[in-house]
Amino acid sequence: MEFETVIGLEVHAQMLTDTKIFCNCSTKFGGTPNSHACPVCLGMPGVLPVLNKKVVEYGMKMALATNCTINPSNSFARKNYFYPDLPKGYQISQFAYPLAEHGYILLEINGEQKKIGITRIHMEEDAGKLMHDENNPVSYVDLNRTGVPLIEIVSEPDMRSPEEAADYLKRLHEILVYLEICDGNMEEGSFRCDANVSIRPKGQKEFGTRAELKNMNSFRNVQRALEYEVKRQQYLVENGQKIVQETRLWDDAQGVTNPMRSKEEAHDYRYFPDPDLVPVMVDETWIARIREELPELPLVKRERFVKDYQIPAYDAGVLTADKALALYYEDVVKLCGKPKQVSNWVMGDVLRFLNEEKRDIRQCPISAKSLADMITLIEEGAISGKMAKDVIDDMYKTGKPPQDIIKEKGLVQITDEGELIKTISAIIEASPNQLKDYRGGKEKLFGFFVGQVMKATQGKANPQLVNDLLKKMLAG
Amino acid sequence: MELYSLTIHELQEKIKNGDVSAMQITESVFSRINAVEERVHSYIRLMKEEALAAAAKADENIKKGDLQPLTGIPVALKDIVCTKGITTTCGSHILHNFVPPYNATVVEKLSAAGAVFVGKANMDEFAMGSSTETSYFGPTHNPWDLERIPGGSSGGSATAVAADECIASIGSDTGGSIRQPAALCGVVGMKPTYGRVSRFGLIAFASSLDQIGPFTKDVEDCAIMMNVLAGYDPKESTSVKTEVPDYRRFIGGDIKGWKVGIPKEYFVEGIDPEVAAAVQKAIAVVEKCGGKIVDITLPHTQYCLAVYYIIAPAEASSNLARYDGVKYGLRTADARDLMEMYTKTRRQGFGAEVKRRIMIGTYALSAGYYDAYYGKASQVRALIRRDFDEAFQQCDVILTPTTPTPAFKIGEKTDDPLQMYLSDIFTISTNLAGIPGISVPCGFTAAGLPIGVQFLAGHFEEGKLLQIASTYEKNAAIEKRRPTL
Repeated sequence: MEFETVIGLEVHAQMLTDTKIFCNCSTKFGGTPNSHACPVCLGMPGVLPVLNKKVVEYGMKMALATNCTINPSNSFARKNYFYPDLPKGYQISQFAYPLAEHGYILLEINGEQKKIGITRIHMEEDAGKLMHDENNPVSYVDLNRTGVPLIEIVSEPDMRSPEEAADYLKRLHEILVYLEICDGNMEEGSFRCDANVSIRPKGQKEFGTRAELKNMNSFRNVQRALEYEVKRQQYLVENGQKIVQETRLWDDAQGVTNPMRSKEEAHDYRYFPDPDLVPVMVDETWIARIREELPELPLVKRERFVKDYQIPAYDAGVLTADKALALYYEDVVKLCGKPKQVSNWVMGDVLRFLNEEKRDIRQCPISAKSLADMITLIEEGAISGKMAKDVIDDMYKTGKPPQDIIKEKGLVQITDEGELIKTISAIIEASPNQLKDYRGGKEKLFGFFVGQVMKATQGKANPQLVNDLLKKMLAG
Repeated sequence: MELYSLTIHELQEKIKNGDVSAMQITESVFSRINAVEERVHSYIRLMKEEALAAAAKADENIKKGDLQPLTGIPVALKDIVCTKGITTTCGSHILHNFVPPYNATVVEKLSAAGAVFVGKANMDEFAMGSSTETSYFGPTHNPWDLERIPGGSSGGSATAVAADECIASIGSDTGGSIRQPAALCGVVGMKPTYGRVSRFGLIAFASSLDQIGPFTKDVEDCAIMMNVLAGYDPKESTSVKTEVPDYRRFIGGDIKGWKVGIPKEYFVEGIDPEVAAAVQKAIAVVEKCGGKIVDITLPHTQYCLAVYYIIAPAEASSNLARYDGVKYGLRTADARDLMEMYTKTRRQGFGAEVKRRIMIGTYALSAGYYDAYYGKASQVRALIRRDFDEAFQQCDVILTPTTPTPAFKIGEKTDDPLQMYLSDIFTISTNLAGIPGISVPCGFTAAGLPIGVQFLAGHFEEGKLLQIASTYEKNAAIEKRRPTL
């Protein structure tokens, strides 16, 4: 039987506000446990939440970037459950009236655009963290994360493969980071994903029974977990077994999903409107102001790069995946032109250096000006492309401009014809056998002569010039 | 006349004239407390040391000519408002050792106004009750008859004023918890409009209904207290940004031509005949003062109790979830795992009435029941509110009895929650609609128990209430009796 996979994703993104969603505590990651926790964070008796407007604005940005309709009156609800990392015994979230609904984003799948629906975006507060003592039967609660603002972005079950899901996730991540409302750090948990997945016989309209997957902390793991889960479900169906609706945890080490203990998921959250907060009223003026603040989004930027710089879609994709990288690229092009060459250097050497050290473009020691200068020097023939490979290596290591490095290393290219003719003559004289063979038809020996010239000049000879001169002089 | 028996405005006069010091007033109040507290039990905790220090400070200020609205006035606080560095229990075992690191906004305001805090007043546990019998710290006795309840939940705040153990006090009213004990103890009690007085630092029972208000010996004192308490608070999202008038200017104001609505649903069978008679007399006084009596109807009155007993417990079940033994308050000593810590802590920490309401509320919000209970109750609540909106198009204020009966005996209704719930039948609608209400003494039963009359007005019309209540107070000339203790 042929199956179709159906996937929907729920993403939690931490908002990059300075303070928490309902109090003035810092949102900084880490910190001594409970050093960013006030009576509101601790859920002390009598204290009250006051909404941080920035969170609404950040949520609105995401809503507009994903083509959602913002609810003119949206409101908070309480999600009730007991857990030590939840000091009030309820999480303030949005339920019946979320911030925004009915949006979509576009994916490129095999060169075609596909719409993935966004069901809703809502605001909520994060919970704290438990730390278990490994030697004693005690646990500790750190409430620094309590009240850190989150938006939850729920997709429609529109994805049809784990790759599509991973792609959707990357695009969503990209938008959040572009908007500068989330740092996107999956390891620190600023960007978290749960997946709902089911399978159905191809052609069937009704959805199959779904499993909810949790605990996947990288794009790769999301895809791996989904691939595993799809296979598991297919196996069950093919062997006449039933799929149970349940929450399953991804086990990264084993590469499998396991059911969560049923006790942990037997929740009736008893949602009801939070009486401590008033509805958030969003008018057209506010929406218009937020819309004006939106930056150019990745998809639009990508299309513009292809059009304006005449670079392949692949290049545009890589360069725009990070807003700062795109900015860097454009800065370099502005200074030296040659968009394709710039793209090659950025995607090749610059990104390789950065990836090796897990740095991002903002930490790159090679300034846009330096890279532009280097490319200009190649264009002008001052250095060869091969020489540039060494130069850029030093530029990255030292942060110095290319001119300095070229001077220090004495790397200036030999473009003096007279000097080169002298060198070539000496080589030809010293290699009578090779010359004879070459002239006898062994054209491959041309490379031998080039090598000898480069050796004699320590690689500084202008390769184009060497080629021209050699051809002439070998011909006799 | 002992200083403790005077009102705020009488004492202010004496302070201004240099006749008494704040220290003398405070000492007078504590000598009274020494004499009667053992029998009345108004307080969970006395703050004598802090009070004497505050009085000394007040005297310094008086000397400097710095007279604030409550300088040197001894005030009691219901133990539901958080006091920085001072144990705040909410009448519960589960918070018996809780020391807040912050002050409620009203505490800050009273303090800034020069008030001297006498102590933390007794109350029904988490304000759930109408008799102050559910307090973990034992019941409070009605000073007019020590075998009777003072009403609740702010029973201690009411008796502290009635028994002269303070000059004024703070209570909270979720379904009548200020007005009902005020009526049963023969003092003035006001529940302001929802959003008028900050709830920050008020330990939540039912957040959409809770409101802080004052207990005083007369209506003028109520206005003085409201001037201090009222106002927008950026720390509370449901606090309302509207102008606060000088409430004192309403005192003794003319009510000629005012339409006074009498809702027929509040004058039905079952009201104690002595209460009914006293309220009828009050109507006559109001009429004599120039008020025009109009018959009105509040057609959804019969649903108030049901709506209240879904919404209030539902909110409470969520508000009280934080008392789990993890962060503060009681934690059971013997638990093997997390679940046991939760269940044992809450089993040991909460009393029967609190548990009952948590269970009712949890049920009302449960999947499959939400629409039938909480959802429906919210809809009916909107209708109840509309009843009042429509009524106030026909009248300026509404007059009703505050309670259906005078104070009942301690223990009389503890086994019958439904009977107990009925003591708030005339006060609950006010909280559901969010409007202000005031209870003013309107006489005594033959047995010498106080009776109260209630005035209600539209949102943010506290001024109207003070105007009619003060005019009524003056013209009714209720005998100035004090409880004999």
